[in-house]
Amino acid sequence: MPLDTSFLTSRLDAAIGWARKYSIFQYPFVTACCGMEYMATACSHYDVDRFGAGFPRFSPRQADVLFVVGTISHKMAPVLKRIHEQMADPKWVVAFGVCTCTGGFYDNYATVMGIDTILPVDVYIPGCPPRPEMVLDGLMKLQDKIQAQRTTGERAAPEARPDILAR
Amino acid sequence: MNDASLIESVEARFPEAVSTAHRFRGDATLVLRRESLLDVARFLEQDPAFSMDLLVDITAVDYSAFGKGPARAFFRSSGVALGPAAQIPDEDPWPGPPDARRFAVVYHFYSMVHRHRLRLVVPVGEVEGATEEVDSLVELWPGANWLEREVWDMFGIRFRGHPDLRRILMYDGFEGHPLRKDYPVNKRQPLIGPVN
Repeated sequence: MPLDTSFLTSRLDAAIGWARKYSIFQYPFVTACCGMEYMATACSHYDVDRFGAGFPRFSPRQADVLFVVGTISHKMAPVLKRIHEQMADPKWVVAFGVCTCTGGFYDNYATVMGIDTILPVDVYIPGCPPRPEMVLDGLMKLQDKIQAQRTTGERAAPEARPDILAR
Repeated sequence: MNDASLIESVEARFPEAVSTAHRFRGDATLVLRRESLLDVARFLEQDPAFSMDLLVDITAVDYSAFGKGPARAFFRSSGVALGPAAQIPDEDPWPGPPDARRFAVVYHFYSMVHRHRLRLVVPVGEVEGATEEVDSLVELWPGANWLEREVWDMFGIRFRGHPDLRRILMYDGFEGHPLRKDYPVNKRQPLIGPVN
């Protein structure tokens, strides 16, 4: 059997997932101090480009993953929602920092108590702020999730927050 | 001028306007009657001995819950040490709220020329449920515009003569003034999403 007839098989789901998870175009929605940690992760020291996510797009129409980095106020919430709606499918959302996960230490008139009250969230990265290692860990979890997604759009159910489960 | 001479000069010029004055750790504070704020402020800005050319800040205090909470025990249990601050010798201890009225609007001035600073406190009360109005300082310091809008937004104190007095931090449709002590601490008015 001559060598040039060799071939490789894969499922379409797996091939597309592999391509998607290593070409993440992220939209950083940075509002607060977590932005410093986001920048540390994105720059050469921790080098988020190793995971294929080194290309931030500042238009939601060109982005795959919405990184919500920092506290979201009630005044900001409609803007964030509109940004998410402007992104083309398939799209994912990462809650970066404890303020976006649960509201963090804010419990007052101004702050949204977790962006999952207004958006579907795929990965939660808690911490105030999270260390770059945690961000990379969250990014790898997101890659696993992207890999597992079907071409039909079917995807794993979003993680539920423990305090929602208890209710 | 130092803190003592600042107080003396204003008291000599406006004996009717100043109700009390005090010094606390080197900072001079004058408590003014509400009606004379504009006259005193104009004098501070224009008199060459004062030349208060920088309006540093305008803020307000709601004293309606003052002294009613478990403040000392709370701070001690939260790990904030009270000891060292209490050991600082005070020739002029902090005198507490300016008077019995609910609010106080606080102005901080600084002179870039003379490098002295002065604080004005204007007590603001409530008459039949309505908060009294304070004269706007926008005509003297344009920077007062946004600061007074913030005080209106957060405390609901109106400024007479302000060119555009509307909310600056909270959104249209927000009801109430969130830094008033009677605003419920957990009350939320979200634009979208659940009341969480």
